[in-house]
Amino acid sequence: MSTDTALEPGTETAYVTAGRKGRRRRDRSVDPIPWWQWVVGIAVAIYFILPTLFVIPMSFGGNGSFQFPPKEFSLDLYVNFFSNPKWIGSLGNSLVVAVLASLLATVVGTAAALGLHQLTGRLSQFLRTILMVSMVTPAIVVAVAVYVSFLQWHLVGSIGGYVLAHAAIGVPFVLVSVTSALGGFDAKLLRASASLGATPWRTFLRVTLPLISRGVLTGAVFAFVTSLDEVVIALFLRSPFFQTLPVQMYTAVTVEVDPTIAAASSLVVVTVTLLLLIPLLVRRPKRR
Amino acid sequence: MTTTTAADAPATATRQGTQIRLEHVTKDYGLATPAVDDISLTIEPGEFMTLLGPSGSGKTTTLNLIAGFESLSAGTIALNGADVGKLPPHKRDLGMLFQNYALFPHMTVAQNVAYPLRERRMPKDVIRAKVQAVLELVQLTGRDDNYPTQLSGGQQQRVALARAIVFDPKALLLDEPLGALDRNLRGALQAEIRRIHREVGSTFVFVTHDQEEAMNLSDRIALFNTGRIEQVGSPEELYRAPETLFTARFLGDSNVFELGTGVTGSSAGWQGATWAVDPGTVSTHPGVLTNAAIVVRPEDLGITTTAAKAPAGSNTVTAVVTDVEYMGSYRTAMLALGPSGVTGRARLDAFDSTLSIGDEVVAHWRPERQRIVAA
Amino acid sequence: MTTTTPTRRPRPAWLLLVPALALLAGVLLVPLFQSFVRSITTPTWTLEHYARLFTDGVTLTVLGRTATTALLVTLIAFLLGYPYAYFMTRVSDRTRAVLLVVVLIPFWTSVMARNFAWLTILQRGGPVHTFLTWIGLGDIQLVGSQIGVTIAMSQVLLPFMVLPLFSALSGIDRKLLLAARGLGSSPLVAFWKIYWPLSRGGVVAGLILVFTLSLGFYVTPALLGSPQQSLIAQLLAQRTTQLLDFAGAGALGMLVLVVTLVLVAWANRVGGTISAIGVVATSGSKGR
Repeated sequence: MSTDTALEPGTETAYVTAGRKGRRRRDRSVDPIPWWQWVVGIAVAIYFILPTLFVIPMSFGGNGSFQFPPKEFSLDLYVNFFSNPKWIGSLGNSLVVAVLASLLATVVGTAAALGLHQLTGRLSQFLRTILMVSMVTPAIVVAVAVYVSFLQWHLVGSIGGYVLAHAAIGVPFVLVSVTSALGGFDAKLLRASASLGATPWRTFLRVTLPLISRGVLTGAVFAFVTSLDEVVIALFLRSPFFQTLPVQMYTAVTVEVDPTIAAASSLVVVTVTLLLLIPLLVRRPKRR
Repeated sequence: MTTTTAADAPATATRQGTQIRLEHVTKDYGLATPAVDDISLTIEPGEFMTLLGPSGSGKTTTLNLIAGFESLSAGTIALNGADVGKLPPHKRDLGMLFQNYALFPHMTVAQNVAYPLRERRMPKDVIRAKVQAVLELVQLTGRDDNYPTQLSGGQQQRVALARAIVFDPKALLLDEPLGALDRNLRGALQAEIRRIHREVGSTFVFVTHDQEEAMNLSDRIALFNTGRIEQVGSPEELYRAPETLFTARFLGDSNVFELGTGVTGSSAGWQGATWAVDPGTVSTHPGVLTNAAIVVRPEDLGITTTAAKAPAGSNTVTAVVTDVEYMGSYRTAMLALGPSGVTGRARLDAFDSTLSIGDEVVAHWRPERQRIVAA
Repeated sequence: MTTTTPTRRPRPAWLLLVPALALLAGVLLVPLFQSFVRSITTPTWTLEHYARLFTDGVTLTVLGRTATTALLVTLIAFLLGYPYAYFMTRVSDRTRAVLLVVVLIPFWTSVMARNFAWLTILQRGGPVHTFLTWIGLGDIQLVGSQIGVTIAMSQVLLPFMVLPLFSALSGIDRKLLLAARGLGSSPLVAFWKIYWPLSRGGVVAGLILVFTLSLGFYVTPALLGSPQQSLIAQLLAQRTTQLLDFAGAGALGMLVLVVTLVLVAWANRVGGTISAIGVVATSGSKGR
C-alpha cells in the first residue's frame, strides 16, 4: 500500500495512531481544498526549511563575515574546514563519539527492547517509561547534573564520558524503533526455531535479528545522528583538548566569529539528510 | 518404500518411533482449575495419537508440555523411558507443526527446510540431499527458492511439514495444523499427513477440536474434557463404545435418552417406556450405576409407522418428524422423541421419500446397538 | 495468554534489561539524584536553595521571562501548526509525504546549523532586518533580543506541534463536517462546533509538549538572545560553570525537571501523548 512511500520510519507511528482514515479518497468536487489553505500550507512549509536552505549559499560566501547575501563565491570556507585542525579535529571527535555511542546505545537498547517485549505487567511498563525518560528531560538540566557528577568521576573531557552520555540519550530512540519492529513479529517463530533444535542464542541470531534488523538499523542511525548533533551536554563536557563539532561550531559563532561554520553547517545538513534516507531506502526492497 | 536418488532418504521406513509416556502430568496456572489435571497417557511408538477436545480442554497445553514450551507443575514426561521434564525445547528433538505454519519469512523454502540440519552442523551436501528428499516426500519440489509469502496456505504447510521431519525427530507434534485451511484443502492435506505418517513411521501427536479429522487420521484418540482425559481408544472404540455422555456427544451425532438414574440389571425405563439392556453394551464407567443415559446412533435408528411393524426384540419410542434433511448420499430425519419431544435424528436411505414433516412414527433400534453411558 | 517460559531457567528477559538500566541509571539517574541531594544538603540539610528560587529577584525575573517566551512560542507554534497539520490531512498521499518530510528533515538536522542560519537571517543587515526597515518598521533589533529568540524557537519547535496535531486530526472523519454543512451550518460554524472539539485532544497534547520543551531551551537563547535577557537554561549554565553554585543550580534544575515531568504526564493523560511522544521519539526531539 502507499503508506510506506517516502516516509521516514518514525512517521509510521503517526500513521498508525492516526489510523487509515487519514487517506480516504476525496471527492474533490464536493470537498475541495481552498486556495488560501494551499498558501498557508506552503508558507509554513517554507518557514520549516528556510533556515536550513540559507546555510548552503552562505557556505560558498568566502571569508567575509556572516553576511547574507554573500559578497563573493568561493570555496574558502570549505578549504578552511578541511584543513584547519580545530575543525577537522572536532569533526573526527564527533564521528568517533557518535559511532561508539550509537553502537553502545544500539546493543543496550535492542537488548532492552527484547527483554521488555517478553515481559508484561506494571513493573515492565514502569521500566519502559524510565528508559524513555531522557526523551522528555530538558537537556540543560541533564547537562548540568551530568557535568557536576562527571567532574567527580573524572569523566569530563574524555571520550568515555561523551560516549556514555550520548549513548544514554540514544537508547530511547533504539528502544522505540526496535519495539516497533518487534510489534510485527510472530512469536511462534521462536517456538518453531526451538523445536527445530536452535538454542535461544542461535534463534536470536538467525531468526529474531534478521527480522528486526530494519528496526535496529533505524534506531542506530537515529542514535548516531543524535550524538553527532548534540550540543548542550557536549558544551558542558568539553575540555580544551577534546571538543565535538557542534561545540566547535558554537565557539565559532560566539567567540571566534568564524564563518567556517557555514561550511560546517552545510556539510552536516547534507550528511544527516543522506543518513536519514538510509532507513527509508532500506525498507523498500523488503516489500514482498 | 520410496527410494530417492540421494544417499539419505529421510530415515523413513526403518524408523521405529518413540514412545511418549505422560504420568500424572499437571499444569496449573493458578486459576480456579488446572489447565491439565493429573493426566496419564502412553503413546506407543509409531502411533498416530490425536488429542481431541473442545477449546480450553487442555489438549494444546498438553502438547506444549510435551514439546517443552510449558513447564510441568507436576508429573513426568518420558521419551523412550528418558525423563525430559528438565530439557529445554531445543534439546528434545521433537518436530512441531503450527497452525500458522511459522515459516521463517526471511528464508526461502530450501533454507527453511535446511534450518534444523544447519543447526545440527551437518555437511552441506548431506543437507542438500536431505532437503530434496523430504520436499519430494511432501510433493513440493521445484519451489526451493521461493519465499513463504509466495506460496499458498497448503504449500506453506507442506514446507512446514518437511522442515519438521527432515531431521528425523523422535516424534512429530502437530498443533491444529489444518485449522487455517479451507475444507477441500484440509481434506487433501489430511490425506497427505496420513500418507507421510505411513511412510515415515514415527510417532505423531496431533491436536484438533475437529472430531471428523480425528477419526479420519488417528490410530487412537485421547478425548480431553476440562483438563482431564475422558477416554482413550481407537476411533471405532470411541464411536461405538463411548464410556460417557460427553464422549458420545463429542464424536458423531447421537440420540440421547437421559435416564436420571443408574442402570443395573437388564432393563431400563425412560419416560414410561421400558427397554431391554444388553449387558455387553453397558459402559464400565462407575457413573453408570448412579446416573446413566442411553445413546443410539442415527444410523442405528429405524423408522416405521407403528410399533407393531418394528422388528421383534427392538426397543421402541414414539416420535414426530420435525424435519427431513437431504444430505446427498443420505437423508436425515429430525425427530421429536418420546412424550417430551427430545431432539433426535435418524439416518434414512437417500431414496426414501415416504416421510413428511409432522408424521407420527415409531423409532426403533436393536438393544445391541444402543450404548449405556455415564451421564 | 500463556507466556513462553524456558523450562528451567530464571527469566532471562530481566537480564536483557540490565545493561540499559545500568547505563541510564549511571549517566542520568545518579547524577540527577546527586544534584538533588546536593541541593538540599549544602552546606547542611536545608531548603534555602529552593526558597531562594522564589525570593531572588534575578531568578524570578528569569523564570517569568522564560514562561512568557514559552507561552509566546507555544502560541505561534499553534497558530502556524494547526493550519499546517490540517492542510496535511486534506492533501493527497504524495503531497502529504512531501509535507511530512519537510517537517522532519530540518527537524533532524543540526541544531547548530539551524541556529546559525537564523542568526544570519535575522542579523542586522540581513534580509529580514532589511525588509523590516524597508517597510518602515524601523531599526528593530532581532538578534540579541527576545524577538529573534522567539522566532527561531517557534520554528524549531513547530514539528512538536504539527506531529501530535496531525495524528489527532487524521482521526477526525471529514464527513462529519460535510454533514454539518448539509444540515445548514456555515463552514465556520461547522468547524467551530464539530471539528475543533474533536481536535482538542491533539491540540492540548501539542501545546503542552511545545511549552514544556521551550522551558528548557538553551542553544537558541544563548546564541540569539542577550546575556541581559537570559532564560532559565542560561541561568542554570551560569550558576553551574561560572558561579559554581552547584546547590542553587541543582535546585533550579529540579524545579524545571519537576515542572516538565508534571506537564508531560498531564499531556499524556489529556491527549494520549504516548503515541505522540512515540512519533516524536522516532522522529527525534532535537530542539535542544
